[in-house]
Amino acid sequence: MTNLLEMKDLSIDLYRGKKIPPVKLVEGVNLSIRKKQNFGVVGESGCGKSITCSSIMGLLSFPLSVGKGSSIRFLDSEDQEVEIAGLSPAGLRRLRGKEISMIFQEPMTALDPMYTIESQIAEALSFHTRMTKAEIHDAALEMLRKVKIPRPDQILQDYPHHLSGGMLQRVMIAIALINNPRLLIADEPTTALDVTIQAQILDLMNELRESYDTSVIMITHDLGVIAETCEEVAVFYAGQVVEQASVEAIFHETAHPYSAGLLRSVTSLDGAQKELYTIRGAVPTAGNFAPGCRFADRCDRCMDVCRERAPALCEIAPGHLCRCWLHAGGEDEGKGVAV
Amino acid sequence: MRNYIVRRLLQLLPVLLGISIVIFAVLRLIPGGFASGMLGIDATPELIAQVEARYGLDQPAVTQYLRWMSGVLHGDFGQSFRSGAAILPEMMTRFGVTAELTILAAVISWCIALPLGILAAVKRNTMADRVVRVAALLGVSVPGFALSILVILFLSLAFNYYPPLDYVGFFTDPGKNLEIMALPALILGASMSGSVMRMTRSSVLEIFRQDFIKTVRAKGASEWVTIVRHVLRNALIPIVTLVGMQIGSLLGGAVVIEQIFSLPGLGLMTLTGINNRDYPVVQGCVLFIAFIYVLVNLVVDILYAYIDPRISYD
Repeated sequence: MTNLLEMKDLSIDLYRGKKIPPVKLVEGVNLSIRKKQNFGVVGESGCGKSITCSSIMGLLSFPLSVGKGSSIRFLDSEDQEVEIAGLSPAGLRRLRGKEISMIFQEPMTALDPMYTIESQIAEALSFHTRMTKAEIHDAALEMLRKVKIPRPDQILQDYPHHLSGGMLQRVMIAIALINNPRLLIADEPTTALDVTIQAQILDLMNELRESYDTSVIMITHDLGVIAETCEEVAVFYAGQVVEQASVEAIFHETAHPYSAGLLRSVTSLDGAQKELYTIRGAVPTAGNFAPGCRFADRCDRCMDVCRERAPALCEIAPGHLCRCWLHAGGEDEGKGVAV
Repeated sequence: MRNYIVRRLLQLLPVLLGISIVIFAVLRLIPGGFASGMLGIDATPELIAQVEARYGLDQPAVTQYLRWMSGVLHGDFGQSFRSGAAILPEMMTRFGVTAELTILAAVISWCIALPLGILAAVKRNTMADRVVRVAALLGVSVPGFALSILVILFLSLAFNYYPPLDYVGFFTDPGKNLEIMALPALILGASMSGSVMRMTRSSVLEIFRQDFIKTVRAKGASEWVTIVRHVLRNALIPIVTLVGMQIGSLLGGAVVIEQIFSLPGLGLMTLTGINNRDYPVVQGCVLFIAFIYVLVNLVVDILYAYIDPRISYD
């Protein structure tokens, strides 16, 4: 395996009871992340992007679980292939925080209010390495400097409620990167921050990426963030990948009507726009998908075939995948060029 | 923190003053006075007046109150009308018994409730959870006296064991003392553990849903570290509040349990005092119980600051 991470046919089940089959919240996701790649995942709330990424760390908890036949293969720091779906709790713990780290959306609630910043950074180290207290302290201090926190030695002694959201997100980044992980999952890391802080955090992440051998999966609903940070993008809709391409292709050769809608929804400052564009309708509920394309009801270019048969994810140009009947002649799901 | 404690202790004064007035008045408002209670139904009015004069009960209420209060302020709670014994030393001995019972019961209830409450939360909606929830509901709803009687009956019928009735102090004979205390402490502990278990379960469940638990797991923490270091510490505030209230009220005497196991505790002293209309005894006990209750609450408030760094009294 040359890729860092390969998800094959990933599905995520929502348990509803012993006698009822589970609802598939995410279905047929195939993604590959290369070493040192910056990968973006975009989609509306509830499209399955966050749970897909949580599954990489084995962090799904009841009633969610990774579905049968899913495979998440990861290349660890000793270049050993690990199958994450079906890994033992101990095996997962070895990866979490060491090989794969995560930053969350709400920095204000992501840290335990009862412990100092130092002890929460120290945990990330002590779970995975044998270091003395003094070494851990020095490492934590050094890490806070790297994420550009002013007065780091004082901040170490502070509690989360003493710090602002932006500072806390820096602390989260420090915790996530302190073990030099191979993969960093950033789940909407700037959504809860105000705009100026957002820019600072993104700049910081871009800057740190240079000095770490870390691939990043950036989950967001903000296309601006994608444009600024990623090389390749997957667009999620209703639990499926509907389009996947390089950032340039997504922005300039947009193929899927949903991606196009997302792009049109971005507000601009040039003043020409009178009303904000929205994609009409709402995401269909998982478990209630009509046959055919899941986006058909909201699509401006919906055709008869869209309501009858589900399109497959097809390669419409080198490295550009799209799940739409408008492109590449379209293929039935299951018969398509499985990618 | 020091200022806070001093301030709280000063706030205690008006509370105690209010309680002293209320209990003084209530005792004299309930039907039947000390004298008629002591002399029985055949007592003549002259005899009653004589007895009342002897104990100063013929004086105006305000004079009686002030005389009692000035005694209390000088550390003299007066003598029991009935036995003539000084009240304060008696109260202290009795409080020792009650305090021992309370501490034993509380420790037993934590040993039962905390692990089981956490277990129920971690394994929610499983068989283990259901068993714990039913047990907790039983603990909350079965009254202590019913449980006591059942346990005594069971032990005597099945094992021919009868709980000892002569109280022995801990320092006289620790073994004997613990044997006497074991049953009432277990029963009280079991009763207390019901609500603590329910509180622990819901509080732990609540914390499990918090974002920072996901962070802790994402750092590679084991389940054990997650639960003990992060979940439990965060879940502790409501549990400590509940336990504080339980201990506060138990220190005032577990009247029923003390009565059943004939433990010479504070509750029994108060109850006997009320039955005899032994005014100074009841007044002294109630005042003391209120003082203890408020003190326990203060300790709980101070504990908050130690548990949660966001709480500070400076």
